[in-house]
Amino acid sequence: MDEFLQSLIRGLGTGSIYSLLALGFVIIYKSTQVISFAQPAFMLAGAVLVSYLAPVVSFFGAVLVAAVVIAVLALGVERTVLRPMVGKPVFVVAIITIGVDVVVRVVTNAFIGLDVRQVGDPWGLTTMSFLGAEVQQRYLVMIGTTAVVTTALFLFFRYSRIGLAMRAVAYDQEVALAQGISVGSVFALSWALAGGLAALAGVFVATGAGVDQQLWIVALKALPAIILGGLESLGGAVVGGLAVGIVESFFGTYQGDFAPWLGPNFALVAPYALMLLVLLVRPYGLFGKKEVERL
Amino acid sequence: MKGPKTIKGRPELYTSYAQDMALLNTRPKRAWSLALVVLAVLLPFLITDDLLQLLATGFVAAIGAIGLNIVTGYAGQVSLGHAFFLAIGAYTGAALSGPETGRVIGFGITSLPVWLLASGLVAAFFGVLVAPVAVRLRGLYLAIVTLGLVFLGEHVFREWTSLTGGPGVGRPAAIPELFGVRLDRNNAMFTAAQQLYLVMFVLLVIFGVLARNLVRSRVGRAFAAVRDRDLAASVIGVDLTKYKVLAFAVSSFYAGVAGALLFVVNGFFDPGSFNLLLSVQYIAMVLIGGAGTISGAIMGALFITLLPRITRELPAVLPFISGDATGAVTVFQVEAVLYGVLIIVFLIVEPRGLFGIWVRVRNYWRTWPFSY
Repeated sequence: MDEFLQSLIRGLGTGSIYSLLALGFVIIYKSTQVISFAQPAFMLAGAVLVSYLAPVVSFFGAVLVAAVVIAVLALGVERTVLRPMVGKPVFVVAIITIGVDVVVRVVTNAFIGLDVRQVGDPWGLTTMSFLGAEVQQRYLVMIGTTAVVTTALFLFFRYSRIGLAMRAVAYDQEVALAQGISVGSVFALSWALAGGLAALAGVFVATGAGVDQQLWIVALKALPAIILGGLESLGGAVVGGLAVGIVESFFGTYQGDFAPWLGPNFALVAPYALMLLVLLVRPYGLFGKKEVERL
Repeated sequence: MKGPKTIKGRPELYTSYAQDMALLNTRPKRAWSLALVVLAVLLPFLITDDLLQLLATGFVAAIGAIGLNIVTGYAGQVSLGHAFFLAIGAYTGAALSGPETGRVIGFGITSLPVWLLASGLVAAFFGVLVAPVAVRLRGLYLAIVTLGLVFLGEHVFREWTSLTGGPGVGRPAAIPELFGVRLDRNNAMFTAAQQLYLVMFVLLVIFGVLARNLVRSRVGRAFAAVRDRDLAASVIGVDLTKYKVLAFAVSSFYAGVAGALLFVVNGFFDPGSFNLLLSVQYIAMVLIGGAGTISGAIMGALFITLLPRITRELPAVLPFISGDATGAVTVFQVEAVLYGVLIIVFLIVEPRGLFGIWVRVRNYWRTWPFSY
């Protein structure tokens, strides 16, 4: 039972990282209909920035600064690289974001070097007792932070003027334009939001083990999460992220006992298998919008 | 039936559709193709073996890029899963032709045509298996699902050590034997690199012409219709399921062939190297070369394959770039950044890729000295 609870908390913890990343993907997708493959690079850059800033302005200050800096960086990328491509085929734009990802990542890697950099978080690998099971503090912090950030985001989209504008753009860009909404600013803002969320997620990934050049792979786990939840659904992104985290964690704990023939590291790819299974049944994800087409 | 009319002095005046769709429909095209083939055949006797090997790799990559171009550029089904099919081809070829050892499986069928065909067919079989999922999805959903395929494949190839030799160790490549001659060994007439280069060139020509013939046929037009608007295509009677499955099958066949040959030319492959990066490389070849053109895919493949070699020469010109892994800015970083920047710049400035640049140059000279 302890093992079960530990796996669950670990799954929810990593799952909430995936949720943050998935929210970024979905926010960009909703406003621009593009999946940004640059998210992994922004996540890595955020973590690296914190590892440099933390000794100077304390860990929490560093996280705030990094989130803002990465948000501005993402905004800049949107303005310079993505804006000329408005109206071009989404696939082409998606590939451009891969190019952005490569460039940002190579530059970031130069700042990592060959060593593992520590982000200087106060939790490390310390554990605490939670409902009778020993769980790592950092997972609880991740769950808590993600809950707060997600709630804030939902309130923002639901009640603020800008949030309303973003929803309008997601619904119909031309109509939104006709209502006097600056669609360009919405694009820029959604990239900035996604960048900030990615930076935050990056810090969480780096707690415990630190930052190395392979960290970016983690961000790709958000892709099965958004497909599971459906590309258009913010709620789906959160649910999908948590589901991916839990599946990964449970496979890590139990698969060795139940299905050893799948190989020792199957947990790492289990989310992709789950994604394929769900898509066979629901081609638009769990909460995605079924496209109605006409000629 | 009368043959198409030709008018003296007007070689480019077409009087029939067949003429317009012909393989080499203009005189300059005929001349260019002939010149390129002659040049390619003469090259082994002009340049050194390491360059030949690089070019051979480029030719093989071109076969793979043509395959990806059929499914993505012509049929419009975005696939990030090309590395998966390359891997299937590579290991089918290696397992069929390799000797059985205690560590890895092998069947000892060393004849190149046999294992090459088998590699293609096995990869095509997996392509057909994947296609039903692909038919139900569209756009970016499909891209991410094929991406998932790459991750699952990578896992299988890492774990199935009796097939792949396991990570870090690998297994020997397929043994290329044609009419009893080992192509990967020097013999009295040619060096190994020269032989491999020539064989890869011949294979590229064969597969290139086959693909060109496919896409200018009824099937190719159906692909284009599916790409441009699949709903409209189905209304005018294009069987969507059939043509999407077909596109995936043909594309995977090409990938399988390319994978097996790539293994031969490179000599070694880590099971972990058939990853997302490789898929993105092939996407880059197709997009930089020009989506929806066969010659574009070939140009893009050669460009991407030769790019590392070109950047290796940079330290001689720009002294602040260091040639090894020590300095502040290393040549490897420049190479990676250049790769990303090229993708971005090409897609923004010239979305039709190298092929588009070629078309512009051609049109400039066609009307020279009168410009529009």
